[in-house]
Amino acid sequence: MNAQPPSTLPDLDRRTFAWFVDKGMQVLMFVGGISAIVFIIGIFVFITREALPFITGTMDFGEFFTSPRWRPTSENNPTYGALALIVGTASVTGLAMLVAVPFSLGAAIYIAEFATGRKREILKVLVEMLAAIPSVVWGFIGLSIMNPLIIETFDVPIGLNIFNAGVILGLMAAPIMTTIAEDALKAVPDTYREAAEAMGATRWQIVWRVVLPAARNGLVAAVLLGVGRGFGETMAVLMASGHAINLPEGIFDSVRALTATIAAELGETVQGSDHYRALFTLGVLLFIVTFVINLTADLVVRGIRKK
Amino acid sequence: MRILKTALFVSTLGVLVACGGRGGSGDRTIIQNKGSDTLVNVAQAWAEEYAKKNKDVAVAVTGGGSGTGIAALINGTVDIANASRKMKQKEIDLAKSRGIEPKEWVVGFDALAVYIHKNNPKTKYTIKELANIYGEGGPTEAWSDLAIEVPGCQSGKIVRISRQNNSGTYAYFRKTVLGKNDFKLGSNDLHGSKDVVDAVEKTPCAIGYSGLAYATDHVGVAEVAKDANSPYVKPTVQSAVDGTYPIARPLLMYTNGEPTGAVKVYLDWILSAEGQAIIKKKGYAPVR
Repeated sequence: MNAQPPSTLPDLDRRTFAWFVDKGMQVLMFVGGISAIVFIIGIFVFITREALPFITGTMDFGEFFTSPRWRPTSENNPTYGALALIVGTASVTGLAMLVAVPFSLGAAIYIAEFATGRKREILKVLVEMLAAIPSVVWGFIGLSIMNPLIIETFDVPIGLNIFNAGVILGLMAAPIMTTIAEDALKAVPDTYREAAEAMGATRWQIVWRVVLPAARNGLVAAVLLGVGRGFGETMAVLMASGHAINLPEGIFDSVRALTATIAAELGETVQGSDHYRALFTLGVLLFIVTFVINLTADLVVRGIRKK
Repeated sequence: MRILKTALFVSTLGVLVACGGRGGSGDRTIIQNKGSDTLVNVAQAWAEEYAKKNKDVAVAVTGGGSGTGIAALINGTVDIANASRKMKQKEIDLAKSRGIEPKEWVVGFDALAVYIHKNNPKTKYTIKELANIYGEGGPTEAWSDLAIEVPGCQSGKIVRISRQNNSGTYAYFRKTVLGKNDFKLGSNDLHGSKDVVDAVEKTPCAIGYSGLAYATDHVGVAEVAKDANSPYVKPTVQSAVDGTYPIARPLLMYTNGEPTGAVKVYLDWILSAEGQAIIKKKGYAPVR
């Protein structure tokens, strides 16, 4: 020890090239990690800033949440009631989930538990291809194929309605939900299945009593992701829902969604006008609702995990 | 934000320099043309066609809406402003106070057709009837209220097809048909002139309004009368021009005073048979 000359001291500095790469990567990963937070806060600040003068000024909270009268460009008396839009979004998303949940869970169970070999690979690819269809194409299908079909089949005045948009949206959300649900089912260890089989359980008993309960977290996540997809979808809903300000009385009434209203009207409003700011207020509302859905999903999943 | 602004500034500068360079070297006259979105497609077609014939004049067309074009004329930054509405007195006064004398040119007409399903037996409407269907408080909700039974429309309910609330077509229909009244809520507010016609074509219970340019063989076009004592008029290029069709609007261009030089030659060309053939091809009614 004593024999070592002081000149070897610089060797103690281990900042080699690999060390710098390591540090650099660390910083890069950190930036990547927090960027999501930065972006989400940035977006929220931006839309709130655009909406704020309306929220604190013209907006009447009672009117906004309880009146269906969305008439921002009226020359006599502009009104900003968003109730019909909120109900429209909720009803379309609700129906979409009724369509998508059985389909996607069924498909996921079949692919994960029953299908084998080639059949299973082909099915997986097809489901993923279904997810790749652009939303405007779905909207087009709603507008030009479903519309006359619904009118003829159900004898209703117009085929652009909750039913049309709900089915289209359900089909759009189903592939993603299927993929995630299938992953969740695959994540259940095979030992569970083997143990159940050893106890003499049938295939269905295994799925129903063992696999589904074990995969509950992932399945809840799949469904909530589908809800989020439905809430945020714009183009297909704009085209298939009929885009009518209406408090629906049945599934064959036309409605208007929050997202579709923003998409249809924002492009031609005067920047800084009440109408422009009211549309941003709808954006804030949409943002908060989606945030709450995701938060709930997170809490539900955590709650289940604790048990 | 600051970086974005700088980037914008730099790119704008770049564009300006590029434009200046071109204008200076080739001695090309540039006519600035701005305004109405209804007119922008036609204005673009005119500019392109004109550029083919006339190498030393370039027409720069921008949209933005009638108000934008008129404001630019008042500010003296354009040679020709496009508008799908007349200038308001307030705007004319403002222009005059700045030494601008707006001169109006009618370059075409846009007939707003009322579309119904092919099987709908009611093909004649008065403005009042349309107002009763579309207007707030209007009593007409079902085809039976008009003593009509539409084949294929079991429920009998009138499906009102309208446009999104900031479209010029929406505003014009409201002004001309509903007067000071608002639209009834619950109409299907579609996004685009063609969508309206498509929806009416596929919906037996529907009624809708859109530019005549979008008419097809698969949809019915209604005749409209100003009031009960007036004749029902079919929207055609002809009836839009002579003013007998009640929901037709002139498409306008504004210049500062009597135009001279290249601007005059361009306007004369637009109003010539050749220029008017282009507007007709785009689906609007020519002035002659």
